[in-house]
Amino acid sequence: MTRRHQRMLAVSGILIGIAVAAFFALSAFQKNLLYFYTPSQVAAGEAPKGYPFRVGGLVVPGSVKRDAGSLKVRFEVTDGPASVAVTYSGILPDLFREGQGIISIGQLNQDGVFEATEVLAKHDENYMPPEIADTVKHGADGKPVLDYQAWQPK
Amino acid sequence: MIAELGHLALVMALMMALLQAGFPLAGAAGGVPLWMAVARGAGRAQCFFLLAAFGCLAASFALNDFSVAYVAQHSNSALPLYYRLSAVWGGHEGSMLLWATILGLWTLAVTIFSRSLTEDFVARVLGVMGLVSIGILLFILLTSNPFERLAVPPADGNDLNPLLQDFGMTIHPPMLYMGYVGLSVAFSFAVAALLSGSLDAAWARWSRPWTLVAWTFLTAGITLGSWWAYYELGWGGWWFWDPVENASFMPWLVATALIHSLAVTEKRGAFKAWTVLLAIFAFSLSLLGTFLVRSGVLTSVHAFATDPARGLFILVLLGVVIGGSLMLYGLRAPAVRDNARYELVSRENLLLLNNILLVTAAGSILLGTLYPLVVDALGLGKISVGPPYFDAVFAPVMAPVFLLAGTGLLFPWRSANLTAIAHRTRWLALLSLAAGIVTMAVFWSLRDIKTLATITLAIWLVVTAGYTLWSRIRLREHWLAGLRSQSRGVYGMTLAHAGLAVVLIGIALSGRYTVEKTVRLAPNETVAIGDYVFTFRGTTRVEGPNYTASQGEFAVRSGTREVILKPEKRAYRVQRNTMTEAAIDPGLTRDLYVALGEPMDNSAWSVRLYYKPFIRWIWLGGLCMALGGVLAASDKRYRVAARQKAALSATPSSATA
Repeated sequence: MTRRHQRMLAVSGILIGIAVAAFFALSAFQKNLLYFYTPSQVAAGEAPKGYPFRVGGLVVPGSVKRDAGSLKVRFEVTDGPASVAVTYSGILPDLFREGQGIISIGQLNQDGVFEATEVLAKHDENYMPPEIADTVKHGADGKPVLDYQAWQPK
Repeated sequence: MIAELGHLALVMALMMALLQAGFPLAGAAGGVPLWMAVARGAGRAQCFFLLAAFGCLAASFALNDFSVAYVAQHSNSALPLYYRLSAVWGGHEGSMLLWATILGLWTLAVTIFSRSLTEDFVARVLGVMGLVSIGILLFILLTSNPFERLAVPPADGNDLNPLLQDFGMTIHPPMLYMGYVGLSVAFSFAVAALLSGSLDAAWARWSRPWTLVAWTFLTAGITLGSWWAYYELGWGGWWFWDPVENASFMPWLVATALIHSLAVTEKRGAFKAWTVLLAIFAFSLSLLGTFLVRSGVLTSVHAFATDPARGLFILVLLGVVIGGSLMLYGLRAPAVRDNARYELVSRENLLLLNNILLVTAAGSILLGTLYPLVVDALGLGKISVGPPYFDAVFAPVMAPVFLLAGTGLLFPWRSANLTAIAHRTRWLALLSLAAGIVTMAVFWSLRDIKTLATITLAIWLVVTAGYTLWSRIRLREHWLAGLRSQSRGVYGMTLAHAGLAVVLIGIALSGRYTVEKTVRLAPNETVAIGDYVFTFRGTTRVEGPNYTASQGEFAVRSGTREVILKPEKRAYRVQRNTMTEAAIDPGLTRDLYVALGEPMDNSAWSVRLYYKPFIRWIWLGGLCMALGGVLAASDKRYRVAARQKAALSATPSSATA
């Protein structure tokens, strides 16, 4: 095999590889990108219905209600101006607490309740998911809307 | 005082790195032996000062010196001593120091085990390593100094993140960093070769054992990390496609391509330019990985905005390393001549194809990891790319890699006759397929086509590796003589390929046949998974050194055998973190896994129970691959070559003396 043949083979191999990978990547992107919406955006009707996305905010103190006989739980998340009701069935993460920043993944049902399939809270007391931190910082009037520190568990 | 000494040692290490980079590189370019001779001494001195700095930070942790900001943030006087010591690399600053220290150790190793190399080549290798070291040390000293003091020291420290208070986490980062930083040696060899313009088989032979050792550490580190995530995070998962995991996996994929490409370069004198490019990619990705994980940019791109100096430094450093080495590559690579000739159908081309696929896989992971960061930085919205993306892209790219990893072994170098190979090995293919079908039909179900395909692939890997070994042994009259005559490189390759098969089996079976139950259990209630009956006996309070725990007790009965599992829910006192400690009954064919969820009313708990078949095979296989790397790296011919060269160079000098 001559050098030129080798090089052409290598180049075409790489091109085919990139094309195949790009195809898989783009089709996977299409299906698996999860967009983030704030509770305000959900309240304003900007979030899609019947399509999965992520919503995040602080768990409203006093809003967590557990079902007596099962693992169902219902709570509200807020970004200050608005809040959205979330239902979830299963075990909540270790750091799920009232006043703590969380992100949930799921879909909106017809009643405007967010049915979560997954609830995430990071393993760090001071961690606020960046989306929430941004949301909270850039409140409508430009001032911090939520006094996050005041909600820290004592 | 100790912290100030540490700081001073760091500055001294930087001075040594400057000496190590400046004189040898200039000396090698200008042909000044005296300047080149600086390399070894400066490298060893640099390693000494780095160890001193590391020791000073460790001492600050051991002595609970909370006036050092980094110690105050990551330690606590109630923390046991061994966790206080592992807390040295529990945060950003300390891990960067660990990185630099390990680079010092690799430098020391190169100064010792480089007697077989020519003086100007050693000077260039150590010079390039010195340049890398300068970048990292400047980064530490200017933006991430672990020895910074607090004006008002706190009475006690903030404690180490409870997730990191674990044996697996104690040794995982050093292992991984040994791999990351080890790739800098392969990188330095490649750049040194580009600088000197001599990319020959000898260069590949020198570079191979170093790359193999780095790859081994990387493999072991990733395996450990996966095992840790499994038992510590309490979800029973072993891989999450977390950006932090991806950061270690990308260099591993490219390093895997690199060790195979190096083999071709050494044996056949082909792929020289490609090998050099892979060495550059592998180290660039490990550098990127280090910064991705520790800079905070993953939690938010705004981490760069809050500490612009750090972010800018990282971008500039990455730009200099990647851009500089690629530019050098662009200038020198066209002059590189591959003198090997080979046909279209040959082992060379199958290896090239596998290389391309591995790099493609790494590229698709890079895309998924960086895409959300780029989108966020451009203000186009906030998205996340989850495991479904990686599963959808990674599996189809890797499936042919596994197929080729087995098939390639059957092809001879240079030129292969497809029909002859097919004729000779058709029984192997039929055997693999039959074994796969029988295994699946007897133990599971033939309807799981994907699992069947994966199991068959794994058997194919073992069969081809075994066949290759056997056809080598067959050449001797007696099989024992045949076994003895094989090099460690051959055994290492066989073991690593078999290890890959074991990993595949573990992934396929645990992925398909895991049973998960999330239930609410009151004391003395039972729940069954298959033949296993779990009885919850309630919880008791347990006091740890720096935490309080609710310890559950579960009796798991299967037939006459009963085991007691004691999962815990820990509340760490200082950070007020809650942690789930899962309890596992491990086994070669299945794990039973119990994790406590949350307390409910009437002393009931929500509980996660898993039956995970063959999950241990994933880490067992990773271990086999790492052992294969150790065997291959200790192959006699690297040592013999070193000894011959040393003997040759020793004779004339002793004659003149």
